[in-house]
Amino acid sequence: MSDVYVLGIDMIKFGRFPEKTVPQLGATAALMALDDAGLKIQQMEAVCCGNLGQAGGMVGQRVLQEIGQTGVPVVNCANACATGATAFREAWMSIKAGVYDLVLAVGVEQMGRGLLGGAGGGSGIPKEGLLGSGTMPAVFAEAGMEHSRKYGTSFEQFAKVSVKNHHHSTMNSKAMYQIETPLETVMNAEMIAYPNTKLMCSVNVDGAAAAVLASESKARELGLGRAVKVKASVLTSDPWQERDLVMPDVNSCTRLAAKAAYEMAGLGADDVDLVELHDCFATAEILHYENLGLCGDGEAGKLIDEGQTALGGRVPVNVSGGLLSKGHPLGATGIANIYEVSTHLRGEAGERQVENARIGMTHVIGLGSACAIHLLEKVN
Amino acid sequence: MSEAAAAAKPLPVVPFLKIPEAGDPYLEGQKCGVCGAIFLGERSTCSSCGARDKLEAFRLANQGTLHVYSIVHRSFPGIDVPYVSAIVDLEGGGTVKGNLINIEPDPEKIQMGMPVEVVYQDALGRKDREGNSYLSYFFQPRG
Ligand SMILES: [Zn+2]
Repeated sequence: MSDVYVLGIDMIKFGRFPEKTVPQLGATAALMALDDAGLKIQQMEAVCCGNLGQAGGMVGQRVLQEIGQTGVPVVNCANACATGATAFREAWMSIKAGVYDLVLAVGVEQMGRGLLGGAGGGSGIPKEGLLGSGTMPAVFAEAGMEHSRKYGTSFEQFAKVSVKNHHHSTMNSKAMYQIETPLETVMNAEMIAYPNTKLMCSVNVDGAAAAVLASESKARELGLGRAVKVKASVLTSDPWQERDLVMPDVNSCTRLAAKAAYEMAGLGADDVDLVELHDCFATAEILHYENLGLCGDGEAGKLIDEGQTALGGRVPVNVSGGLLSKGHPLGATGIANIYEVSTHLRGEAGERQVENARIGMTHVIGLGSACAIHLLEKVN
Repeated sequence: MSEAAAAAKPLPVVPFLKIPEAGDPYLEGQKCGVCGAIFLGERSTCSSCGARDKLEAFRLANQGTLHVYSIVHRSFPGIDVPYVSAIVDLEGGGTVKGNLINIEPDPEKIQMGMPVEVVYQDALGRKDREGNSYLSYFFQPRG
């Protein structure tokens, strides 16, 4: 099977664009990715599009209606917060299968404001605040508290994740925010669901990102110049766990995916130079340090305390600012974090460049659940 | 509210809360006869091992321990805050999510692992469109 390369990749600056449509946002990112690859839409043999908010709305075709209706196959994907990564992976699979040589993957989302989560629909009466909480901040708070229970992880340690990621985003002009948030500011921000304060919750923003993927033969023909090699692409769902009916489990599917990704790439966690992981809430990042094997079980608190996951540390995590500060446009997030890692592997990340980055990892989780992990490698 | 609804006994807040004609309300689990996995609510196939038609209903315990919690300070419009969202492991198996009541919503006062019990009360006055009242379950600290 052919290796797969990213020839072009880009994202729009995340923000709020109520005057734009979803296809317009997706089209902007698609053109940026094509320009980055030096290719035209007419050269794309297929399009995979990820969007959640208009999952029934043929967003991929409407993107082509903005930039070129070439008649190629278009697949629309929805997979919660793993939507963009799933679209990328669909493109990867079609090339792996030898069906196409050049495929465009687009992820796009326009978000409302406010809380995400189930208000408890269905018949009868609302269940929120009656049978506990289904809001996302509370669900991830409870997941974090499981870590606290096992290892004594503190509110302050969770808050440090947010301090770090907000700091990183001050060096990323494509992030929603470029604001320093000192520890006291994070801890004293409005409490949403203990231990997650408002500054420990990801930002709802509009965004889009896109990538051009190519087979090895096509990549060599076009020139490997700034190409990035996809070393592993893995998607998992949540295996059965005793509490998962009432407590969505973000750990098992991540561990399963990480193990498979390292095996596919023939790499270990020690080989990874930077990680963009799913920090939808500050509590989640702590869990994923261990789930991804960046440290041993129970060592995540120490990892954040020692600054090992900050830029300049042993394994920088979410140098883009992460979902916490770059923003989290659900369908775009998965490709945006592949963009971030690719930018470092290409040595083009400017002020926030992770020195000598050769291998990078991206991770997203869609509750319900879907976990996607990609391992990427510098080519030249 | 219709006369009929006013006179009727409350409805269960979830299908796995059982209100017998005689005796106390209780929570009902389903246990897989092959692998022992426990579920809430009716089902015919076990999602742990895939066994079909091997699930049997059983009465969940009213005693358990607090696994984890979150104190919710911001929720959807019209929902009173703060409240404690709790995940409770019941004795004999089964994990249930609900509100932990009769405790201060303060991390200093809530201990993970603390003994709790299931209590059955009106669903915070919430009624459906037909005016029906509901019986809900809650957790409270156990002595
Ligand atoms: Zn079973």
